[in-house]
Parts: sequence; C-alpha cells; structure tokens
Amino acid sequence: MSFPGGGIFSGMAVTLRNFVGSYFDPDRLTTNDYSWRPVGKLPQSAGEYPKEGGEQLSDTTTVTNYSRNFPMLLHDGGVSPMDTIRCVACQICERECPPQCIYIEKAYDENGKSIKSPEKFDIDVSVCMSCQICVEVCPFDAIVMNSQFELSSPDRFGGLLLRRDDLLKSNDYYHRIHPEEAAARDQRMAEEKAAKEAKKKATAEAAKKKAEEKARAEAEAKAQEESPGNEETS
Amino acid sequence: MVAPNYELIEQEGLETSLLEVSMGPHHPSTHGVFRMDVKLDGENVVDLKPVFGYLHRNHEKLAENMSYLANMPFTDRLDYFNSMTNNWAYALAAEQLVEIEVPERAEYLRVIMAELTRLVNHVSLVGFFVNDLGALGTPLLYAFREREKILDLFEQASGARMMCNYFRFGGLRCDVPEGWLAQAREVVDQFPRFLDEYEKLLCENEIILSRTQGIGKLSRELAVSAGITGPMLRASGVAYDLRKVDAYGIYDRFKFRVPYGEEGDCYDRFMVRMLEMRESLQILKQALDNIPEGEIMGKAPRVFKPKPAEVYGRIEGPKGELGFYLIADGTPKPYRYRVRPPSFINLTVLRDMCLGQKIADAVVILGSIDIVLGEVDR
Repeated sequence: MSFPGGGIFSGMAVTLRNFVGSYFDPDRLTTNDYSWRPVGKLPQSAGEYPKEGGEQLSDTTTVTNYSRNFPMLLHDGGVSPMDTIRCVACQICERECPPQCIYIEKAYDENGKSIKSPEKFDIDVSVCMSCQICVEVCPFDAIVMNSQFELSSPDRFGGLLLRRDDLLKSNDYYHRIHPEEAAARDQRMAEEKAAKEAKKKATAEAAKKKAEEKARAEAEAKAQEESPGNEETS
Repeated sequence: MVAPNYELIEQEGLETSLLEVSMGPHHPSTHGVFRMDVKLDGENVVDLKPVFGYLHRNHEKLAENMSYLANMPFTDRLDYFNSMTNNWAYALAAEQLVEIEVPERAEYLRVIMAELTRLVNHVSLVGFFVNDLGALGTPLLYAFREREKILDLFEQASGARMMCNYFRFGGLRCDVPEGWLAQAREVVDQFPRFLDEYEKLLCENEIILSRTQGIGKLSRELAVSAGITGPMLRASGVAYDLRKVDAYGIYDRFKFRVPYGEEGDCYDRFMVRMLEMRESLQILKQALDNIPEGEIMGKAPRVFKPKPAEVYGRIEGPKGELGFYLIADGTPKPYRYRVRPPSFINLTVLRDMCLGQKIADAVVILGSIDIVLGEVDR
C-alpha cells in the first residue's frame, strides 16, 4: 500500500467482509456447517451440542460415522448377548493396549475349565486414549470403536470404568454407527470364514481321499494275499 | 513531535537495579506451559532463561516398555498439531528396521496427509503468532475456520481429528473413504482464496511490520551451528529442506520451491511460513492428480520383531527436522528410543534472539519460533 496506514485499512476491509459475509455465506462462518459432506451418508451433520433434533442418531449420540471414541464389545444378537459374544478372552488387547486400560478375567465353568468368554472385561475410559490399537490386534473382530461420547458421570471412579455389560453392543448397532466400516468388516469376516471352510473342506476331502486310497491299497494287498490261495485252489 | 520535557530525579538512596520477572507458565492453549526467567534493565532484556518440563510425560522411556506398534499413538501426542507427520517420521524409522516396501497409493496418501498437516500447522501458527502480537482472536479464528475443514478430512480418513494414529509400518491403517479425494481437492482448491485474504489482512499491516521487522534476528551462522531446522532456518537464509535433501517418501516426484528469507527476523519467519503454504498446495495438487489406485498396506510382518539394528528416520516436519532414533535388540520392544524434536532444538536460541530486545518483543520472538510444548518436554 502506498499511503501510510493503508495496510491496516485493507486488513479492516477483510474483517468487514468477513463480518458481513458471515450472515450470508456459510464459508465465512467460524463454525462451518459440514454441508460439503457426502449426501446420503449418515449422519449428515455433526450438529451443535446438545443434540440438534434429527441430526444425530437418537439412541447413540454419535458425532459422525467416521469418528471413534471408546471401544465396545460386539455380539451377534440372540437372546442373551453373552451367548454370541465374539470375545474369547484371549487377552491380546489387554497386553497390547498402550495405556493399559483394559482388564480381562477369563470365565470358567463349574469344573474349572475355561469356556472361552470373558468373566470380566473392564475398560477404564478415563485412561483410554481412543487409539484403536485393540481393534487392530483383535483376531476375532470382537472389539471395535464406539462413537458415543456422552459418558460424563458424577462418579469419578465407577462412572468411568465401563464393565463388560456396558461395553456389549450388537453388530446391528455397529452397522448403524459405522455403516461402511462394519460392512467392510463383515465382508472380510465372511471371506475369511469361507476361506477357512474351503480349507477345512479341502483338508477333509484330502483326508477322505487318503483314507480311500489307503482302503484301496489295503484291499489290493488283501487281494494279493488271497490270490496265491486262489491259484492253489485252481 | 516535541520531546517530553522531564527531569531525571537524582537523589541519594534511590538506586536502579535489574528486575527479574518470571513470565509464565501459561495455559497450554497458547504454546504450552512454558516459563521464561527474564532479567530486565528497564524494558530491555538483559538475560533470559527458558524453563520447561511442565509437560514432561516420559515419552521416550514409555516407548521402551511397549511394542513398536503400540507406541504409534503416543507419537501423536508429541506435537499435537501435527500428528500425521509425527506418525510418518516414526514409521520411516521403523520401516528401516525391517525393510518394508510401502505401496504407491500409501506413499501418495502419506504426502497428502503430511502437506495437509503442514497447512494446519502453519495456518494456526500464524494465527497464534499475531495473537501474541495482540491481534486477539480475529486472525486466529479465520485460521481455525480453514483448519477445521482439514481436520474434518482427517476425521473422515482416520477417525480422529487430531490424534489421528493413521500411519502404520508399511503403509496406512485404512484406505480413505469414498469421495474423500474429491473433498480434499475442494479444500485445496479453496485454500488459495483464503490465503490471499489472509495475506491482505496481515502481511502489509503496518503494526505487524513495525513489531516484527528487525526483531529477533537470527544470523545464518548461529542458526546453522545451533542446529536450527525448518522454516526458522530457512528464514535465516539457508535453503535447506529435507524434502529436497533426503527426498524421503516420493518427494522427488513433486515440483515445488523452497522459500527462504534474508534477514532472519520475525517477519521473515512469518513470511516463510505464509509462502510455504503456497508450495504445500502445489504439492497437494500434484499428489491429488497422480494418486493411483491400489493397496495401502505393504507386506508387514505379523509380529514386528526386528533384528538388532540402529536406525534414524527423519522428515521435514512443519516445525523442522523431526527424527526418531531407534535401537532394536531383537525383542518386540525398542532397546532405545529417542526423539529429535524440532521445537526443542529451535527453542535453544531463544536467549540469543531476545538479548537486547524489549520485553514485549520477547513474546513475539517466542511466538515466531513455533513451539509446541508437548514436543519440547516430551
């Protein structure tokens, strides 16, 4: 700018344009409205806190379908969620958790035999840092990230310690909050299952074939054993 | 203007002496919890001692007690503005340990994420810098408005806005969702419009000029011998950029310029960052044009258990050279893990820059260094 103070005036023009523009142009708003997010993906808008009607899923208070907050345990529906819980209490996530916020105890039946499900599964969400390492290391797709964020509690210790039953969520719920991720995960699981079954089938067939071959070989051997006798008789 | 006519009172028993002021520790939202012990002669800084460690979290020792992968989310929390570049530097170091080939698409996405991070860092740094000058709020909020758009992109890709935890040894954790690249392009295309406006708002403002030009000069020799890196080194007139020098990742495929200053004062440091954002946009455009389809994860070993080795992985972070030095001893945990944080090493010349300046300028100089105390204290 050539005249003194011109830089300040042109700067003020910018602020004035932003001030006036903020009434018309959503781009000028300091809090943007997420209008550029893809259409048809839920939820469209993060909305303002507390909930804006209809914008957030009523029962989940999720932010967006990409966000992650704290882990949850998946089950596949059924009468009791514990019947179909995917977690087998292998404790890999407990070992790998960077801030060590997971605590697992295995369940045993009356004979003292492990029944491959967690008796206790606690996550201290005051320690959890939402890093998703547990999700990645889980070989059973049993733990995934929830996006529920309204977890504040007046109880400083108990309120932030999520127990197994608080963490248990159905796969349908997972599909509701993270539709794309859940679909991809289900597809991958189905593929893995199919591959496993195919492998099982292949090994079973191979075993069957082997058994048949063995039986045939035995039969041949028996026939050979018997054949000299036949010659004698003839 | 007529000089004010006053007489100094000279009287026995009235003595002048140096004044010691403890500036800080301040709230983390500005730069972090940082304190300066300043000795003042009137308004002039005679001596300055930076005091830090308020945010020490034992980062390096923690890493020695957990697996290589489990440390990745902790690197997010070093410099919490630039979690993506922190991830990248750590991944680069660890990838040298086991020699994983990173797929093409992942390399492109890494560059895109790193350059978006650079935009986030520089745009908010400039906001904080003028905030330190006294322009409270307005430029910072304009900057945060743009930053928000990029953080939305990060959230879509990685699930979190700031603590992304997105890079993995050998690639990325997941592919970006459908339509993400189109949105990234939209953000990149709209960014120059904001930059034009931002430059108009700040770069010629007489108050900023008079408060920053000639303030806090850092000579070329001192900058080099003190190990200063990043925009601060380039502002002192050394065109040194690891993206050009090392060409890590696939940076050798992009055409971009490295802006550098002449004077090494606060204004140069400010302008170098403004210009760097333009170059980042150039890189982003080229990367978004050329990104191929394909895998995003290389063949990483299932259990990350490297052979004994020593590696150093470094990148040109938005604040300077960010390096991770790892010693592997054949176990799943690193034997030694060391971070070379750019903020910390850039902070070491604070005293040299502040000596002889006014106390009000010490704040400006601190702002122009671009530190994040999460990284300084670790």
